[in-house]
Amino acid sequence: MEHYYQPEIECASQEQILAWQNERLVKQVRHVWDNVPYYRKKMEEKGVAPGDVQSVADLHKLPFLTKDDLRDAYPYGLLAAPMRDCVRIQSTSGTTGRRVVAFYTQHDLDLWEDCCARAIVAAGGTADDVCHVSYGYGLFTGGPGLNGGSHRVGCLTIPMSSGNTDRQLQFMVDLGATILCCTPSYAAYLAESIQERGLRDQIKLKAGIFGAEAWSEEMRQDIQNKLGIKAYDIYGLTETSGPGVSFECSAQTGMHVNEDHFIAEIIDPDTGEVLPEGSKGELVFSSITKEAFPLLRYRTRDICVLTREKCSCGRTHVKMCKPMGRSDDMLIVKGVNVFPSQIETVLLEQGYPANYQIIVDRVNNSDTLEVMVEMTPEIFSDSLGRVSEMEKGLVAALKAMLGIYARVRLVAPKSITRSEGKAVRVIDKRKI
Amino acid sequence: MIIQQISVFLENRAGQLLDVTRVLAENEIDMQAINIAETADYGIARLIVATPQRAMRILQEKGFILRLTPVVEATVPDRPGGLNELLSAVAEAGIDIEYMYSAFQGQRNGLAYMVFRVGDAERLEDVLKNIS
Repeated sequence: MEHYYQPEIECASQEQILAWQNERLVKQVRHVWDNVPYYRKKMEEKGVAPGDVQSVADLHKLPFLTKDDLRDAYPYGLLAAPMRDCVRIQSTSGTTGRRVVAFYTQHDLDLWEDCCARAIVAAGGTADDVCHVSYGYGLFTGGPGLNGGSHRVGCLTIPMSSGNTDRQLQFMVDLGATILCCTPSYAAYLAESIQERGLRDQIKLKAGIFGAEAWSEEMRQDIQNKLGIKAYDIYGLTETSGPGVSFECSAQTGMHVNEDHFIAEIIDPDTGEVLPEGSKGELVFSSITKEAFPLLRYRTRDICVLTREKCSCGRTHVKMCKPMGRSDDMLIVKGVNVFPSQIETVLLEQGYPANYQIIVDRVNNSDTLEVMVEMTPEIFSDSLGRVSEMEKGLVAALKAMLGIYARVRLVAPKSITRSEGKAVRVIDKRKI
Repeated sequence: MIIQQISVFLENRAGQLLDVTRVLAENEIDMQAINIAETADYGIARLIVATPQRAMRILQEKGFILRLTPVVEATVPDRPGGLNELLSAVAEAGIDIEYMYSAFQGQRNGLAYMVFRVGDAERLEDVLKNIS
């Protein structure tokens, strides 16, 4: 028996969905043209005016937006609504030192939380459920998104945020949590902890909604077996509000994009050409209902396939597969975006040369990040205390930039492998 | 006597120290003292050699990360109480010792040698002169 949060939308005919998209896109282009000089300039440079966009068929005429644009426009350059109407920001890491700031009006928050509610109901959530949210709360969108969605469904919401496993398990058991929302690697970690502590038969979980990082089918099976739950995928980015842009249904064969709010395209990452349904390429989203921070044709850098095959769940919105990789060098470590260029920026600021190597691994189901930095004659000191201080300073600076702890290892020159003269910057040992 | 100590950065990887001693051996550099300070992640090897300038040049060419530091070499009577008397004088003079280690010069003259790293090397030198 399938459940829907907004059945009249989630199961609308494809003609109806297209009609919504056509109407909303035209309005949104006008809204952005009138309020966002940064994007208007891009449109003018491409020779496009609002009148040129009459329907979704004209979407390809509009210029793309990338993380670089968000960096250049930081902080208010892409704001489309008056400040007095904005009630929230959320933020994620950007390349180099600049963060991405997304703005929300109350209306935007309502829509975002509706999308998350759809995900929770698709996973079987009702007002009788207890929803344990272990995504990070604060600037990160995971916690706030699923928290809001859980409220809308009427679940008892436990705003755990991340960390403090003892407390997580205590509440999970004592309050009888039935739905778990967190990153897949944290779910795997909790599953192990539950087994180690012999808590398996005290856990009442029935479903989990996991996202913010890539995870494989093998990992899904592992989590489902260990926790005795059905594990659902969820996808989103801060630039498109947060999680809930798309979500998995009972078929567990891909995530339905909320097409009444987002128009999805697949493009060739090198040429920008829009590719036909079923092609593998870079996922691009246009936000057609957001007011404060509506990005048009935002390039996610995620590689994916879209399909409109009929889904057994009854939902009619287009499905995207799990992202298969990225068209840039961004990593996701512990659910957090990490760009090698950010690490480079910190090293240079701290007086180290940009000779480094990043090693990402997964130990006990938890991501680890290690930065190998070449010691130089200038930095080296005879004093152990001095070298330790510098190392600690680097760890702190990296934490401030990335938001997560990175282990720093000082190495001798030539320890960092070079292939054909070009240094290998990132070694990802995880098998996701 | 103030002498030059060579500090060498050692990554925490097997064979690092061997790389250093191999270079010294190949170039017939005579070592008089060695001390290794370590943390969990890396170490610093401190060397006293007969020809520090030459050794620096050769090690640098081989890609080692180095630092030259002035330290004070002191003679200590090689009998019980020898070090205690010296350290008492140093403490009385209010000199802080950052680290110290023993050295050898192959002479059987009833003397041991200690290497001191202090904030003010000249001052320690004076204190030591006054003891002997």
